[in-house]
Amino acid sequence: MHVLVDLNRCESYGQCVFAAPDVFRFRGEESLEYDHVPDGASDAAVRRAALACPVQAITLGTPVEEAPLREVTCR
Amino acid sequence: MSASGAERVVIVGASLAGLRTAEALRRAGFAGRLTLIGDEPYEPYDRPPLSKSVLSGWLGTDRLLLPRTRDLHARWLLGVPATGLDLEAKHVRLADGRAVGFDRVVLATGASARPWPEPFQGALHGVHVLRGRDDADRLRAHLAELAGTGARLLVIGGGFTGSEVASSGRDMGLSVTVTQRGSAPLAGALGGFVGSVIGERQRAHGVDLRLRTTVHSLVDDGSGRLRGARLCDGELLDARVAVVAMGSVRATGWLRGSGLVADERGVSCDAACRALGADGIVVGGVYAVGDVARWRHPGFDADPVSFEHWGNALAQAETVAHNIMSDDVRQNDALPAFWSDQFGMNIKAVGMPGIADQVVLTQGSFEHGPFVAAYGLAGVTIGAVAVNSPRVLDGYAAMITERAPFPPAVNAADGPDCPVAGEAGIPRPATEPAGPAAASPLTAPAIVREGQP
Repeated sequence: MHVLVDLNRCESYGQCVFAAPDVFRFRGEESLEYDHVPDGASDAAVRRAALACPVQAITLGTPVEEAPLREVTCR
Repeated sequence: MSASGAERVVIVGASLAGLRTAEALRRAGFAGRLTLIGDEPYEPYDRPPLSKSVLSGWLGTDRLLLPRTRDLHARWLLGVPATGLDLEAKHVRLADGRAVGFDRVVLATGASARPWPEPFQGALHGVHVLRGRDDADRLRAHLAELAGTGARLLVIGGGFTGSEVASSGRDMGLSVTVTQRGSAPLAGALGGFVGSVIGERQRAHGVDLRLRTTVHSLVDDGSGRLRGARLCDGELLDARVAVVAMGSVRATGWLRGSGLVADERGVSCDAACRALGADGIVVGGVYAVGDVARWRHPGFDADPVSFEHWGNALAQAETVAHNIMSDDVRQNDALPAFWSDQFGMNIKAVGMPGIADQVVLTQGSFEHGPFVAAYGLAGVTIGAVAVNSPRVLDGYAAMITERAPFPPAVNAADGPDCPVAGEAGIPRPATEPAGPAAASPLTAPAIVREGQP
């Protein structure tokens, strides 16, 4: 699971921090920081965090396709 | 295939703007051959945490990968820089000698950190810039060595990157000196008035902030390591690590000779992200997106600039994908927005505070705690900055979009009794004639609306 938060949209409600405290945290009163590549064990909590975000600022992605250093054509 | 007949799209640059353009193209139904070219040997990653979560030691640089929300079915050419663009032969040349053909090409090469102007001094052990993963890893390791030794971190330049590096340095317990040529940190983006407010708060966090100060030279200890810096007033400042944070240079060197209008300020393009030739006419099939794109926002009376904002990359990616896939040309008129986290402050901005002539406190207090300031140009509200007030900006964004008069009538419960507008204090280049961006209060507001070229 990969995580991205749109920090322009984020209004620091902190629902993600409650849902997945190992992945999201505040630095200072209002500054959110987060692990973009949390351990798989956190997946359920991260999904809850994304659903709980009042401004829907969290995007989740799954690394479905390698982006390798050598050339690979995937079609 | 797109509506316009493109079968091969090549995106040069595999960071946020390039990746998001690829995703938007596939979402819009592009089924042709898609190639992403990146000079760094890494999958696309998020850069803003480099100066914050990474330097402070909370996140490794391998924890920043950008999520991919769909399978891109792309050909990835990573770790190989593009070295040329041939618009006649319709191919991108790579450093390894290959040429990659295209029907449409998207320029998304971003920017690099402006290097220290004297190369030998810039190569001293202990002198850093911060732009990519490798920079951050080197700097983090060096700062960790410094911790507990009492040695000083010198940050040259008090813009956003420099200020965030200084903040991370203070978090690590380092003594930190920041030199800033102008009268306040962040003055280019937020103006001297609000910049001074931020500067006082930086000092309260223990930063030795030297304003109107430049570094004359970086000094060798005799063995190729940094010993300190000679300041413009003659002082020799001891420092074991220096971070050169003097802004960025748009990565356009590889476009030399292509016929595009491109220099260190960016690739000239229109608000639809279409590259422009020397005659100002759109060059067919060539798009620019993200930090490398230099364009005039249709909502503001300002010179063309490169919006080096994270959100701009997202908005332009959607615009480019639409314009490749559709015959109706769409402009990007998304309101600019950016943020910075430093010294316990969450700083969020909307609009273009960097072109304002006036500023007014609308909520909170400049002395302490949260505040919001609105920015005006020629009597029109054009921007707002919120410090530790992340939930108020939507209202200001609406006022900016509606071109509300300045000072705006906010009437917030936490607003000042008598709001008094003052000079925003945006630095202007003294040696250049004032362009349209430097509108005086006497100039009638001439905000160009969507639809005009």
